[in-house]
Amino acid sequence: MNFFGGFRVTFAKLFEKRVTSQYPTVKRPKPERFHGRHVLGRYEDGMERCIGCELCAGVCPARCIYVRGADNPPDSPVAPGERYGYVYEINYLRCIHCDLCVEACPTEAITESKLFEFSFTSRDDAVYTKDELLVGDDGRPRRLPWEDWRPGDDEHTSGWMRATSPSGSAAWEGRAAWSAELGYGVRAPEQGQSAEAGPGTPDGEPSA
Amino acid sequence: MEIAVFAVCAAIVIGGALGVIVTRHPVHAALSLVATLFGIAVLFLTLDAQFLAAVQVIVYAGAIVVLFLFVIMLLGVDRVENLRTEPLGGQRPLAAGIGVAVLVLALLFTIAASSGGFGGDTVATGRPAAVAPEFDSCTAVPKALEGSGAAVACDGPEPISNIRQVAWWVFTDYVWAFQLTGLLLTVAVVGAVVLARQRGGADDETGEPVPDPAPEAVG
Amino acid sequence: MNVLALDPAYIGGFGLDEALILIVKVVAAFAMLMVAVMLMIWFERKLIGDMQNRIGPALAGPWGILQTMADGIKLFFKEDLVPARSDRFVFKLAPYLSLVPAFLVFTVVPVGGNFTTGDGTVSWWGNTTYLQVADPHIGILLVLAMSSMAVYGVMLAGWSSGSKYPLLGSVRASAQMVSYEAALGLSLAAVLLQSGSLSTHDIVADQSGYDWNLWVTGIVPFVVFLIAVTAELNRPPFDMVEAEQELVGGFHTEYSSIRFALFFLAEFMNVITMSAIIVTLFLGGPDGPILVEGVDWLWGIIWFFLKLMVFLFVFVWLRATLPRLRYDQLMDMGWKVLIPLSLGWLLFLGALSIGRDRGWSEAVVIVVSVAALATGGLVLRTAVRAGRAQRQADEAGETADRATQGGGRR
Repeated sequence: MNFFGGFRVTFAKLFEKRVTSQYPTVKRPKPERFHGRHVLGRYEDGMERCIGCELCAGVCPARCIYVRGADNPPDSPVAPGERYGYVYEINYLRCIHCDLCVEACPTEAITESKLFEFSFTSRDDAVYTKDELLVGDDGRPRRLPWEDWRPGDDEHTSGWMRATSPSGSAAWEGRAAWSAELGYGVRAPEQGQSAEAGPGTPDGEPSA
Repeated sequence: MEIAVFAVCAAIVIGGALGVIVTRHPVHAALSLVATLFGIAVLFLTLDAQFLAAVQVIVYAGAIVVLFLFVIMLLGVDRVENLRTEPLGGQRPLAAGIGVAVLVLALLFTIAASSGGFGGDTVATGRPAAVAPEFDSCTAVPKALEGSGAAVACDGPEPISNIRQVAWWVFTDYVWAFQLTGLLLTVAVVGAVVLARQRGGADDETGEPVPDPAPEAVG
Repeated sequence: MNVLALDPAYIGGFGLDEALILIVKVVAAFAMLMVAVMLMIWFERKLIGDMQNRIGPALAGPWGILQTMADGIKLFFKEDLVPARSDRFVFKLAPYLSLVPAFLVFTVVPVGGNFTTGDGTVSWWGNTTYLQVADPHIGILLVLAMSSMAVYGVMLAGWSSGSKYPLLGSVRASAQMVSYEAALGLSLAAVLLQSGSLSTHDIVADQSGYDWNLWVTGIVPFVVFLIAVTAELNRPPFDMVEAEQELVGGFHTEYSSIRFALFFLAEFMNVITMSAIIVTLFLGGPDGPILVEGVDWLWGIIWFFLKLMVFLFVFVWLRATLPRLRYDQLMDMGWKVLIPLSLGWLLFLGALSIGRDRGWSEAVVIVVSVAALATGGLVLRTAVRAGRAQRQADEAGETADRATQGGGRR
């Protein structure tokens, strides 16, 4: 392109469509498995999924999760089993949204929504407690005043991100390897995840 | 009105000149010089020498003092000088004496010249005795109205503009002085460029090449 | 006192009427310039955005017009700091040295007036006057003088900041501006040769009826003037001195708040006034067809502003398209290309003018001049290339020396 060709290009650009999107009025749709703000799930009967096992806190590379378990009160159990998560806090100043905690959780308790535009203004607000993280009775996350929820951000906060199977085998495709969510039921698996056969069998026996 | 303008400009000129010699900081002195030059330019305007006023600002204040400032800034002589010690003794009394003598001589010269003592209009008024008659700007008609016979607003023949006067004399009586001065300036520029050039990074005075920063590692 | 002499309003002396007219003109010019600067900054940001496939400012006011004012108010509220190692007096003075010349250049620009069928005067309350603030005998020299003064603002700003990046930026900037002033003056001289007067009114009147200096002097002085003005204003592609990638902020690194706003203002005001000067010198100023009779004086203003907009567009277009010139490329172009070119063309135009006066055959004059210019150009090119080759040989010799020296010493 010669010297004057450059001028022709910039002049022609005047008549082309602009690619600017009017953020924050309009936000682009986020991918389905987007790593956003975490959410503590519940079973369909309303019982909490978190059993206070501290596996998430152990695997977190940023050490932002603080969990303390307590024995379930015998007359009004909070979670099925013997223990439940009594204290559960995530410090979002440290969280890197790697979602290793989501992969580590045995009961699909901690999952994530698609919200990332939460701008707290003090350190106290940055530490989310269990009340703030737990889903409501409709299965939707609690909305805090400084969070900017858009339609679609809170749909399906579930373990569905584990798409085919824990080991990624094609043999698991089409099989729902996750439990039912409060307010949504069992989420349908996504087809066409893996093209070739991998290790593992449908009957749950891991390969060598 | 003219007296007021003259008084203000004279104050600026004298103030600037005093600033140049009194200030301890070279850059401030250069800026005082610029103020002086501006005052002189306005004084030129009051004497109807508009071209000289403009050229004074363009060349003197706008180029020469800029180069002064370049040198001051780049060579790092912008530190405040110590005016107490003197490398050569007796400079200040000598300067004072010569200054007074020059001032007295200038006053005598001015008095003698203004009373016509040196003879001839040329020196007294500074204006050439005869002016080329074909440059009467008042008869010029704007191009759009040429041939329409419209009257041009004019109250009598205007003084010939300063630019035409300067141009007339520069290209007739003083053409040799003009061209030779130009040649002199060109020679000075070429000489400065030649003197300032360095060949190949070597130090020309001692002839030694620039030393190698680090020997290469072997193996 | 005939400093403002050529304006017909002052012919009968300087009374209250003339003083009032002058005050009205000055206030109008000041207001016009300030509003124009605001709109020019918005125009540049919007246009650059459009050329880069994005929207520019869009949220402050309709189409973002008030963005400049919002930025100015924001700058006003910033902390105004004066660095500890700076020279306080000069530090505070420098923005004004940059700003005032920009205002003063606009005083000699004829903004309107009917030059097509009249003599460019309008009548206010019975006094005929020109539509420019002042029309001194030396109008165009005022422009050159003010460009020389603008160098001070840049130079002193950098030096007085007391830190090395501004100093480097200001030294480079002032060297650049001083170099291109010569080319500016020489291409200006071509226009003056044609119009025979330094007064801007006379220059514009001489171009009436589509005798614009753009084609009367050949295209070359116009192109040289445009390039030289772009370099004088430190506009891209000659904006090495204020490029963030090179020198942080160049000479205005240490300036914040209002002082920075003044520099910013001064730069854009300079752009507008120098565009106005280009229009005055080469495009006939307010010259243009009168499409609607009855409001003759208005059409001069309209055509002037339309031509001004063209040049503002050209400056923004240059910014959007061209990459920055390296400093040595910049200086090479100024000294080795523009000055010889404009000087050669000036001599050519002079030869044509003399030939016309003395009745020489124009064809012969053109042939001889072109031959002489071509020869001069070839000589210059040979000299430049020889110099470059010599410099490269010196550098190669020097590195060879270093290599052998290092080997020998081991």
